[in-house]
Amino acid sequence: MNNENLYNYILSIADNSLILAQRLGELCGHGPTLETDIAGTNISLDLIGQTRSYYQYAAKIQGEGKTEDDIAFLRLERDYKNVLLVEQPNTHFGYVMGRQYLFDVFHLMLMNELLKSKDDTLAAIAKKGIKEVSYHKRFSGDWVKRLGDGTEESNQKMQEAIDDLWTYTDELFDLTEADKAMIAEGVGVDTSKFKEQYYTEVSDLLKEANLEVPERKYFTRGGKKGTHSEYMGYILSDLQYMQRTYPNMEW
Amino acid sequence: MRGDLEGCLAQIIMTETKPANIAPHLIPILEQVSDPEIPVLTVLDLGVIREAIEEDGVIKVKLTPTYSGCPAMDVIGDDLRAAFVKEGKEVEVELVLSPAWSTDWISEAGLQKMETYGIARPLSESADKDVLLGNAKKVKCTNCGSTNTHLVSQFGSTACKALFKCDDCQEPFDYFKCLK
Repeated sequence: MNNENLYNYILSIADNSLILAQRLGELCGHGPTLETDIAGTNISLDLIGQTRSYYQYAAKIQGEGKTEDDIAFLRLERDYKNVLLVEQPNTHFGYVMGRQYLFDVFHLMLMNELLKSKDDTLAAIAKKGIKEVSYHKRFSGDWVKRLGDGTEESNQKMQEAIDDLWTYTDELFDLTEADKAMIAEGVGVDTSKFKEQYYTEVSDLLKEANLEVPERKYFTRGGKKGTHSEYMGYILSDLQYMQRTYPNMEW
Repeated sequence: MRGDLEGCLAQIIMTETKPANIAPHLIPILEQVSDPEIPVLTVLDLGVIREAIEEDGVIKVKLTPTYSGCPAMDVIGDDLRAAFVKEGKEVEVELVLSPAWSTDWISEAGLQKMETYGIARPLSESADKDVLLGNAKKVKCTNCGSTNTHLVSQFGSTACKALFKCDDCQEPFDYFKCLK
């Protein structure tokens, strides 16, 4: 492959969207209300759309005649580069919205920078996706506020979710070798630049939502390097089931 | 692609793009292809055709998605191919992401058809924000015309719509979200 760093860089962004979309897709038909159910799958669909654009591009870079489906369905767990945050389970609705919000804030900041990438395709995908992602953030942020500032029980559940999920936030800003190489070329985004801004924005909303901002010195990481949590295997066994059972099947 | 002068101006002012480059003789064929999810709208009404030209006997069409994950895009691509093949033309359909589609590209004729169909037309960007945040009542009920309406769900039956309800006639209806 000519540009392995670019290939890995694209996957590290796209895999976040794919795995989060898969998690949201699991909720289809199981949302607490019809409206939230539809919202979850709509957000999932946006993320899958973005993932398709990234994977189509990655397949072209790879130059082995593979397709977006090969990349989505036929990799091993270690080859997925998504952050641990997005693979966390749909414990309860507050948890789903907390996970979404913590990711959406990061995602929007990433897209805002990716717009300026020297790589035209990545910039175009960001330009398309940024409108969708800002809508996602509005939705998830609203729910974190509503639940945090709701009843005693909703506040407690939302707080527990944020306390749990907080440990996965620091990984969003880790830079891999592929990240560093792509930043040097003006293609990739230096996420460490907006880390402070991320925590400020999230903390402000949590306070507004009557929630406490967790204080934590130790963070959990590994997904970006392919070391996933136990959940990942279960996600992939669902996601890859059809392709593994009926190789090369098409819709 | 936009029939009215106001629409043309809005397109030039509000987006950084050039108007779509569509060869006039291809318009009758393109008009036969509609959005599978909003069948009253043709692809021209919707503004998703960015270019349609004939080069050395081959039709080249550039199609842009409304939303990244819009499942209608694959169907529209197939329908376009079928429409041209039926006319004995060879066709290449290419999906382009940039510049990103905007609701400003929906033609005035398209907006009117949409309203008759029961989908309220997108408001301006600032008004859209107001209604989706629940701060203002501006979306017009497609059934009775009242603006005494409220947002039921930020997400609707497709990626491009939100769900509203009229507080006068009590009918629920779709609102086409402003996308810029």
